[in-house]
Amino acid sequence: MTNQGPEPGIVIIGGGHAGGSAAAFLRQYGYKGPLTLVGTEPLLPYQRPPLSKAWLKGEATAESLALRPARFYVQQNVETRLGVTATALDREAHRVTLSDGSTLGYTKLVLALGSRARPLALPGRNLGGVMELRTAADADRLQAALKPGARLAVVGGGFIGLEVAASAMALGASATVIEREARVLARVACPALSAFVQDYHRARGVDVRLATGVEALEGEGGQVTGIRLADGGLVPCDLALIGVGALANDGLAQAAGLDCANGIVVDLAARTSDADIYAVGDCTNRPLPMYGQMVRLESVPNAIEQAKQAAADITGRAPPMPEIPWFWSDQFDLRLQMAGLPFGATQTVLRGVPDVAGFAVFHLGADDTVLAVEAINAPADFMAGRVLVAKQKQVAPGLLADLSSDMKTLAA
Amino acid sequence: MPTITYIEFNGTSHSIEVENGLSVMEGAVNNNVPGIDADCGGSCACATCHVFVDEAWLGKCGTPDTQEKSMLGFAATAQANSRLACQITVSDALDGLVVRMPEAQH
Repeated sequence: MTNQGPEPGIVIIGGGHAGGSAAAFLRQYGYKGPLTLVGTEPLLPYQRPPLSKAWLKGEATAESLALRPARFYVQQNVETRLGVTATALDREAHRVTLSDGSTLGYTKLVLALGSRARPLALPGRNLGGVMELRTAADADRLQAALKPGARLAVVGGGFIGLEVAASAMALGASATVIEREARVLARVACPALSAFVQDYHRARGVDVRLATGVEALEGEGGQVTGIRLADGGLVPCDLALIGVGALANDGLAQAAGLDCANGIVVDLAARTSDADIYAVGDCTNRPLPMYGQMVRLESVPNAIEQAKQAAADITGRAPPMPEIPWFWSDQFDLRLQMAGLPFGATQTVLRGVPDVAGFAVFHLGADDTVLAVEAINAPADFMAGRVLVAKQKQVAPGLLADLSSDMKTLAA
Repeated sequence: MPTITYIEFNGTSHSIEVENGLSVMEGAVNNNVPGIDADCGGSCACATCHVFVDEAWLGKCGTPDTQEKSMLGFAATAQANSRLACQITVSDALDGLVVRMPEAQH
């Protein structure tokens, strides 16, 4: 650093789960210098997972949604700048320009820019009542529209779409889920799990349309009234939710010349191609050594793991233990828990029968190494699978399928 | 407000006043006590808020439900007094509670 005055300290751009966690870990790990957290949304960092579930159903409060209470930032001496976005990054000058025209100097910069809903270039996309769900403000709009009797149409049968459909049913609305692929959760789950989940939704009244393309959003007086399907059919609706995946917010990094490829490229210490800039969470493309590839993960556990990596590297601590990617989703009374990624899997093993009472699907490599587990209402199988994946253990498929084999013994 | 004492694996102790109705996990997270990660935010989905409850307090912390028991069964270093801190609700009856953290949450 230069010797002109005090160091500007660490600036975190992004006030989501990754940015908020990075601030907390930096203080936990003993960083005592200036620390500034910049967030686009007007809220302090909060948990996004409940937005499609507890928050939508009115079962959460602003306090329970917040990652940490407001006094935390005062006590931990974290300066927060909310409602402003970083518009430019000058790496040479170590300076960020914010949307209010002000600038912030940094010694180290942590980019926690998150992801945004994948845009869908459909006619009628800008009609009233057409929504996406990324932020608390989005969730509030959705909740206000999800009155009893309201007709919700969801484009995209992924986690967000299915969770919102389940919440809509609980609120007395009706829900239609339109999925382009031949099954829901096509990008994230195996066919057996997809089949079970879509049947479960249908049995609870959700109209699930598979292998169905969307042509346009139709409206009257500027308000959405239906979704025109590729086959000419119409799904009438009062509100439409677009949930077709997310894109990394890496524009700021790209413009500044940082290496980006489907997200900001980082290493296992969350370092970007600039030694003074780190990136964490949904906006990154990170190595997963276990699978020998780079992956962009959109998950809270990943945000927390990378926040630890960055904080550890900045404060000179030993890197945190590598973790297995994992995900969860709640829909009706189903809890989906998944660990590992089925890269290179050649065998799937069903443990139990697909039923609400619980079952799991294990993904194994050709040499019987457990690579991933997907569990529904089967927390023990999920936990055992997580251990097996972490240990890269080989287990005979027959043993995994046999309900009389003790998972604790297999995972030991 | 009840005082909860969190003891890190390295012996560092944090005595903290926690509001009634919050979970023991939230008490730790809200005050930046290291060692409790709470990835899932308290929905009993991740087992990253594993703590050992001091024997004297075990009975006052309630009984783990099936979900919690299943998760704990596979938590690294689980013991008979293991609990998930997100599933213990703070009340006056827990004033003085002592919980210890495992070496790692994974």
